[in-house]
Amino acid sequence: MSPLASQPPVPAATDPSVIRNFCIIAHIDHGKSTLADRMLQATGVVQPREMKAQYLDRMDIERERGITIKSQAVRMPWERDGVNYALNMIDTPGHVDFTYEVSRSLAACEGAILLVDAAQGIEAQTLANLYLAMENELEIIPVLNKIDLPAADPERYAAEIANLIGCEPDDVLRVSGKTGQGVEALLDRVVERLPAPVGDADAPARAMIFDSVYDTYRGVVTYVRVVDGRLSPREKIRMMSTGATHELLEIGVSSPEPVPTRGLSVGEVGYLITGVKDVRQSKVGDTVTNNARPASENIGGYADPKPMVFSGLYPIDGSDYPVLRDALDKLKLNDAALVYEPETSVALGFGFRVGFLGLLHLEIVRERLEREFDLDLISTAPNVVYDVMREDREVVTVTNPSEFPEGKILEVKEPMASATVIVPSEYIGSVMELCQAKRGHLRGMDYLSEERVEIRYWIPLAEIVFDFFDQLKSRTKGYASLDWKADGDQVADLVKVDILLQGEQVDAFSAITHKDNAYSYGTMMTGKLKELIPRQQYEVPIQAAIGSRIIARENIRAIRKDVLSKCYGGDISRKRKLLEKQKEGKKRMKMVGRVEVPQEAFIAALSSDGAEPAKK
Amino acid sequence: MPAVLPLGQPVPDDGTLPPEVAARVRAAAEAGEPRTFSLYVHVPFCTVRCGYCDFNTYTAETFGPGAGRGDYWESAVAELDHAVAALERSGVPARPLHTVFVGGGTPTLLPAAHLVRILAEARERFGLAEGAEVTTEANPDTLTPEYVAELAEGGFTRLSVGMQSVVPHVLSTLERTHTPANVPAAVAAARAAGLEVSLDLIYGTPGESLADWRTTLEAAVAMAPDHVSAYSLIVEEGTRFGAQVARGQVPDVDPDLQADEYLLAEELLSAAGFRWYEVSNWAHDPEGAGVHRARHNVAYWRDQDWWGVGPGAHSHLAGVRFWNAKHPAAYAQRLATGVTPAVGREIPDDDARRLERIMLAARTVEGLPLAEVRDGMDPETLRTRVAALIADGLVDGPAALAGTVVPTLAGRLQNDRIVRDLAGF
Repeated sequence: MSPLASQPPVPAATDPSVIRNFCIIAHIDHGKSTLADRMLQATGVVQPREMKAQYLDRMDIERERGITIKSQAVRMPWERDGVNYALNMIDTPGHVDFTYEVSRSLAACEGAILLVDAAQGIEAQTLANLYLAMENELEIIPVLNKIDLPAADPERYAAEIANLIGCEPDDVLRVSGKTGQGVEALLDRVVERLPAPVGDADAPARAMIFDSVYDTYRGVVTYVRVVDGRLSPREKIRMMSTGATHELLEIGVSSPEPVPTRGLSVGEVGYLITGVKDVRQSKVGDTVTNNARPASENIGGYADPKPMVFSGLYPIDGSDYPVLRDALDKLKLNDAALVYEPETSVALGFGFRVGFLGLLHLEIVRERLEREFDLDLISTAPNVVYDVMREDREVVTVTNPSEFPEGKILEVKEPMASATVIVPSEYIGSVMELCQAKRGHLRGMDYLSEERVEIRYWIPLAEIVFDFFDQLKSRTKGYASLDWKADGDQVADLVKVDILLQGEQVDAFSAITHKDNAYSYGTMMTGKLKELIPRQQYEVPIQAAIGSRIIARENIRAIRKDVLSKCYGGDISRKRKLLEKQKEGKKRMKMVGRVEVPQEAFIAALSSDGAEPAKK
Repeated sequence: MPAVLPLGQPVPDDGTLPPEVAARVRAAAEAGEPRTFSLYVHVPFCTVRCGYCDFNTYTAETFGPGAGRGDYWESAVAELDHAVAALERSGVPARPLHTVFVGGGTPTLLPAAHLVRILAEARERFGLAEGAEVTTEANPDTLTPEYVAELAEGGFTRLSVGMQSVVPHVLSTLERTHTPANVPAAVAAARAAGLEVSLDLIYGTPGESLADWRTTLEAAVAMAPDHVSAYSLIVEEGTRFGAQVARGQVPDVDPDLQADEYLLAEELLSAAGFRWYEVSNWAHDPEGAGVHRARHNVAYWRDQDWWGVGPGAHSHLAGVRFWNAKHPAAYAQRLATGVTPAVGREIPDDDARRLERIMLAARTVEGLPLAEVRDGMDPETLRTRVAALIADGLVDGPAALAGTVVPTLAGRLQNDRIVRDLAGF
């Protein structure tokens, strides 16, 4: 029997009963993209020779890091018992920074493939998305991947999954994305188990936006799932959250290259092009309807993305500021969650305060700016948003340590997160120790199996934003996985620590920390700067201070010898070139008062521990 | 442009110089400030490779025809022929040699007759200016009274003796094999032959204390040389020393101790009648008459012209710098096949020339006339910077008021800062 559909259903004329919409929930390196690629091959939408590894991950960074940032939807034909089906696979981002996008992708599906590495078992991130899927009442198809690996332990992890979702271990399918084993059976299972979409074909059109991507040539490409009614080319559509109207220039499906169609009807998944240039005009979670015959209610679940982490981004070469501005403007077109405003730093010059969904988001944006726009950037230590209440009861929202009010302060509120750590049980002690040290409150603990434990903490987001994940990994030999989401706030004893060079405050190094950590931050930073800043003409004291109180101090001794002893015939060219190099280096110096600080010192001081983004 | 030596522009096979060389030499002569012309001869042989040394020198006795201790002089003479032809072809007016300096390596590894022969051949081709200074570097172990006398008879006027230190543990760290007691004998032999004597010293060697350095300085002063050069040890990449420091087997040099040692050198040398005239050089000159300075080196610092003979040697002619093939075999082969030994050259642009001028003159007691830096910087910036240098005690105030930047003692130790400030970094 050929698995390829003999007569693929035609878009816009497909009965909802033969449509299956699903996504894949998986941890970062559990092989989701490879499996997706196999499905594209098995259903014949991509010929083997056209196959780029991990076809669905388009951006270079995604491919390099194996992270799916932007989801897409692919329509695949599949024949089962003589019936031709249309399977829509909706690719979801796998990282906690993009939880909202995940939730919208899930809302576009009736089912989800839960993909777990047969050698590693389920991870916290996957568990979080699995909860989301189950809350959305999606049908779950559990699958163990990488069964070809020598280290695979399918029995053990099948039992773990069965325990989690309440099925039999035998129901857990076993596949290998690498060899293709089990992929056809999985596609059959999708057809059998997942419910067909249900909607009112005669009602006013309602389609949910689950992704929105900027394309240089076509403008914004909006991915939608049609719930009710039908969308057709040339009609005027309306965005229900803003009331903005656009003409539908093109409508189609991806398979996986875009193919224009005569429309999209109930249950179908595809793309829309309206010619708008900014993804903000086509917001994830929003409802699209027909302008002439609008729906009365939106689909629900829309929320504006909220930045959780802020960092200053500055060009190393001050003259690159306009380039950075243009680059951010361009990235914004493709990233509705990116917010920024101009900011000036005494030490770093002109730059931007940029808000991110999380640390990975920060890192990706920074890397794209450097790679795609050829910028050299300094990013200041990331911080969260604080609410500071002054004596006059005025509340100041602080997204940057420099905004921390002077004078007497009644209270400071910091954002909190619910964190879930999944770890082999032997590491419970060290994980709890770390979480306590990071000011976490234990919220509960459950055994997923005999060997694996889920530990839940309520913990300040600021602590997670720093080196929490790295420390977690190193304390658990890399076995721990972490998931977190923002969850309220708490009043805490927080102070601003300033760093002063020869009495001049260096705004880029200021940090808001818990009072108990202020001293260690102060000694760490002053010690680090002492190593990083070259000796100067004068003695340079480096101090850490809370307000006017000095809590740590180091000295850079004055330079005494700054001359090459020899300068004869052949030395002349050499010395000149040395000086010319120093001149280049001097361009990269920032003056803080009379102190010359090399850019490298800022970068090194800001980018090593304390600001190393969590990698998952 | 990140051109790193020895990359540069190519040199035509016959060594012809760019036309501006002849034009500049003529123009200077017509303006009444003729550019002097010196000769440097490099001898690339040593018996031992010292761990700190990054000079172009080899311990092998020979690398083939024209590249061995026995016949190297023939290659040197062949380059003299090449130099004459190239200068003539380029229209550069003939000039007698203002100074000659034979350096190394260890020039005195060659028989005295070879050094004398090279000098004689050079004199035959270029002529020697009235009172020309003719120096060779010398290793105290290889010198005998006969050897020194032969040099003097052959026209040498000055001996620069590589003394480095008298402290055994310092010499051993430096891997210098000479016997300290041989130095006074070499100095005496030179004196007997009527030669001027300079002593080369190194300070800041790991393990050397300030007291060790004092011992060396006092020993040097006791020999009553005409001139002392004192260099702080630089750990160069690519040397055995550099590798040992990088591996942590030898402590790195301590710049603060080196600063103290420099101050001690100034103190003891000036007390003995020596006067500094360049950052690392002192001449015995109690009256301040400007005598006993190394005129060959002064020519470098005054941006004069010289031809460098030998493997890896650098030449400078009126703003054009070029350099020879580094390996003795490659060098000799090029000459044997009638091709210039020069393998690269550069013509520094105006900014680079200005920087060279500043970095050379700012090291000397003659100083840098402010007039020479004015064109590269707006007057307000220049004024502010010079004022700051005076305020910081790096530049002599009265001399600056009179229009010349002369470094103070502190300014000698932080000379590169003066250079950076005046160059407009």
